[in-house]
Amino acid sequence: MEYILKDKKSKKVIILLLLLDIMLIAAFLLPGLTPKNFHFFMPRRITKILAVIIVSYGIGYSSLIFQTVTNNHILTPSVMGLDSLYLFIQTFIIFVAGSQTLSQMIGYKHFIICVGLMIFAACILFLLLFRGSSKNVYFLILTGMIMGSLFNGMATFMQVLLDPNEFAVLQGRMFASFNNINSNLVGISILIIILVCIISVKDLPYLDVLLLGPENAISLGVDYKKLILKTLIICAVLVSVSTALVGPITFLGILIVNLARHMLGTYSHRSLSFGTTFLGILFLTGGLLVTERIFKFETTMSVIINFIGGIYFLYLMLKERKR
Amino acid sequence: MNLKISNLLHRKLFWLIILIAASVYSLTLGVKDFSLLGLFTRNGEDIKLAIISRFPRLISILVTGASLSISGLIMQTITDNKFVSPSTAGTMEWSRFGVMIAIMFFGGEAKLFKMLIAFICSLFGTLIFMQILQTMKFKNAMIVPLVGMMLGNVISAITSFIAYRFDIIQNMSSWLQGNFSLVIKGRYELLYLGIPFLFIAYIYANKLTIAGMGESFSKSLGVNYKAIVLLGMVIVAVITSTVVVTVGSISFVGIIIPNIVSMMMGDNLRNSLPVTALFGALFLLICDMIGRVIIFPYEISISLIVSIVGSIMFLALLFRRKKKWSTS
Amino acid sequence: MIAVRNITKIYGDKKVVDSVDLDIPKGKIIAFIGSNGAGKSTLISMICRTLKKDDGEVYIDDKELKDWKSNELSKRLSILKQSNFLNIRLTVRELVSFGRFPYSKGRLNDEDIRHIDKALEYMGLKELQNRYLDELSGGQRQMAYIAMVIAQDTEYIFLDEPLNNLDMKHSVKIMKVLKRLVGELGKTIMVVIHDINFVSCYADYVVAMKDGKIIKQGDTCQIIQSGVLYDIYGMNIDVQNYCGKNICLYYS
Repeated sequence: MEYILKDKKSKKVIILLLLLDIMLIAAFLLPGLTPKNFHFFMPRRITKILAVIIVSYGIGYSSLIFQTVTNNHILTPSVMGLDSLYLFIQTFIIFVAGSQTLSQMIGYKHFIICVGLMIFAACILFLLLFRGSSKNVYFLILTGMIMGSLFNGMATFMQVLLDPNEFAVLQGRMFASFNNINSNLVGISILIIILVCIISVKDLPYLDVLLLGPENAISLGVDYKKLILKTLIICAVLVSVSTALVGPITFLGILIVNLARHMLGTYSHRSLSFGTTFLGILFLTGGLLVTERIFKFETTMSVIINFIGGIYFLYLMLKERKR
Repeated sequence: MNLKISNLLHRKLFWLIILIAASVYSLTLGVKDFSLLGLFTRNGEDIKLAIISRFPRLISILVTGASLSISGLIMQTITDNKFVSPSTAGTMEWSRFGVMIAIMFFGGEAKLFKMLIAFICSLFGTLIFMQILQTMKFKNAMIVPLVGMMLGNVISAITSFIAYRFDIIQNMSSWLQGNFSLVIKGRYELLYLGIPFLFIAYIYANKLTIAGMGESFSKSLGVNYKAIVLLGMVIVAVITSTVVVTVGSISFVGIIIPNIVSMMMGDNLRNSLPVTALFGALFLLICDMIGRVIIFPYEISISLIVSIVGSIMFLALLFRRKKKWSTS
Repeated sequence: MIAVRNITKIYGDKKVVDSVDLDIPKGKIIAFIGSNGAGKSTLISMICRTLKKDDGEVYIDDKELKDWKSNELSKRLSILKQSNFLNIRLTVRELVSFGRFPYSKGRLNDEDIRHIDKALEYMGLKELQNRYLDELSGGQRQMAYIAMVIAQDTEYIFLDEPLNNLDMKHSVKIMKVLKRLVGELGKTIMVVIHDINFVSCYADYVVAMKDGKIIKQGDTCQIIQSGVLYDIYGMNIDVQNYCGKNICLYYS
């Protein structure tokens, strides 16, 4: 009964990751606290850790299910340009509404409009996937990447048009990073994440079956198109949440999903969704510790993550070559 | 037959005239008052402005456009894939990596030196890309540029990581975005270095075309495949690194222009090389003018304009090619 | 009972399947034959809902396809397509376990495990059950997929070219298992086969297609005849009786 043994192995790894996470989080939250500065430091640090958890689940889970849907191991929503799309929509709304309203728009109303438009975009992506008889995944990816660079370009373009002089300031306010978390959105993000968890928990075994390919999945009773649409919408929501909170981190998704798959040695989406989230927390909290305590903010977090993720990706490609 | 050729020549001439007209118009654009008439009436101010800023800018745009689109064409010919170019094979990113290395270790004062290191890096990177291509199990026409772009992403992540660590990100940023507004006399002449290589490409055009048909095919036609591929890669690396060092990286030109030309007049390199150069120059010139006019007196960097115009055109190409594939 | 009425599929302006009516008899091996591009695969894909039909109805046990819940239908009808490329590493046993998904939803109970063991035994895969699929030969892999379908335990089974790229040994093995499934468990198996001699020796009923239409159907012995085969394939095929079996010679 190897599959039961494998389950035990992945459970062990998941518990180990969880313990590591707790240790790292403690190492981030606790040092240097005194009764005096507690009120100052603690809320800020907790906000960061909450953001880390949300983003880990957001990027990890969306990358995982996105790879299942596209039947590929090197794609993630951010590679496909979905986070560029989010930035574009964000800029577009401000562009249309006028920059005067920027300060009011930055809050969660703006966020909800963006998420709505992202879901709309996911539906269009879905239609593209199923339009015509040929389903060339690579065509879709290439289109996605080009779209990503188009959205990036247009977003920058609109910012320049808004006000070339204050463009840098504007960019700083609109595009968050881990040093500059959009804290208005933490509450609503937690709510969304919990909702997504509840909605998607029933899909997990169905996603396992999807790994056998569309025809086998249909034969085994999966409502294929409905599941794909639902998955893409969930991806859109999760990407919106994590991008709005901390901005794009291109290679995090590839890194944690493939690493989780490798470490857990299973295809089960139930185990993998825990594995990716915990790995995400591990990397992001570790990254925060390294950037804030060791490098003292000399490097940004996403640069480190992209560096590690990028090298891991190269390794994956070379391994794929050898097989 | 005769009619066809004269028709084609006619077209070439037509586009050449348009290019010249656009060039003249572009000279008149700018914040400072400047009149072409001044050149002829020997107005000292006008001549000075023309020599220091307007002419260098025009020439560097023309050279950049022509050489980038030709290096794209060479790469597409060698890899036999319509979606490969310096910006989709990671060559640009490797070149930037080289610039970073040069700044980090040698201060980056001497431009020629910077270019040399950028050249070595981009040649190295392009060869790695070719190596990966050759050992790839299945070569879907779409996965080749994907692999290249991901490779490029990885390299630029590494570049910015190191640049952050050594606090040269601000030094670097001028090489991240292509920009012609800083081009003045004395700062762009390095671009000329690429021009002889364009002629070499023209001389070896036939052999490059043959190399594109594969190693065994070229062997049976008596062409030294490895040497020709290496030559092509050297040309591409020289051109890319001169452009990156002098004006910064500009994407998409190398993909769009050769594809448009190939749709118009087929894939014989001898024929298409001059037209590709012409179109590339014209395309970049128009993009530059758009960038200068749209929020006058400010200027939008050319790489931004190119990335918008270019990605839209690239998407159009993609859909067009896909239609052709699915029907054939 | 599966009944097909007026079913049509159009690609561009070509009718790949052109208003086909068909009643599929129960408890038999039904072979679909015809030249490449005759519409066999398209037809059975539409019957088992993996391909959207442009017109017509499919009744499975007197209920139209759209009125079935996907999950309920997957307990009545299964399909195995010709190409199965996997991006994940699975053992034979894991693959076969997926066959129980319509019942278990991923949480196997004792009955599921009994079915899995039985399916593995049926296909003679007990020894191979913990091997990974990518370590197996093409024939063994195909056996594993068929074991998955057996574990699914449906009344109707559709197999699209199950013998494609297999050697004779595995082909015969598979056809024998199909025969047993029909004889012992009373399944109805619809199968697309190109090798006409396999059809002649193992099928009970034959449906012949040409240009998107059914041009002949009937018991195997009525179809495997020179004149009928000429109408289907447009070539002369000599049929000889050898040891009580009709063998087609078409290597002229």
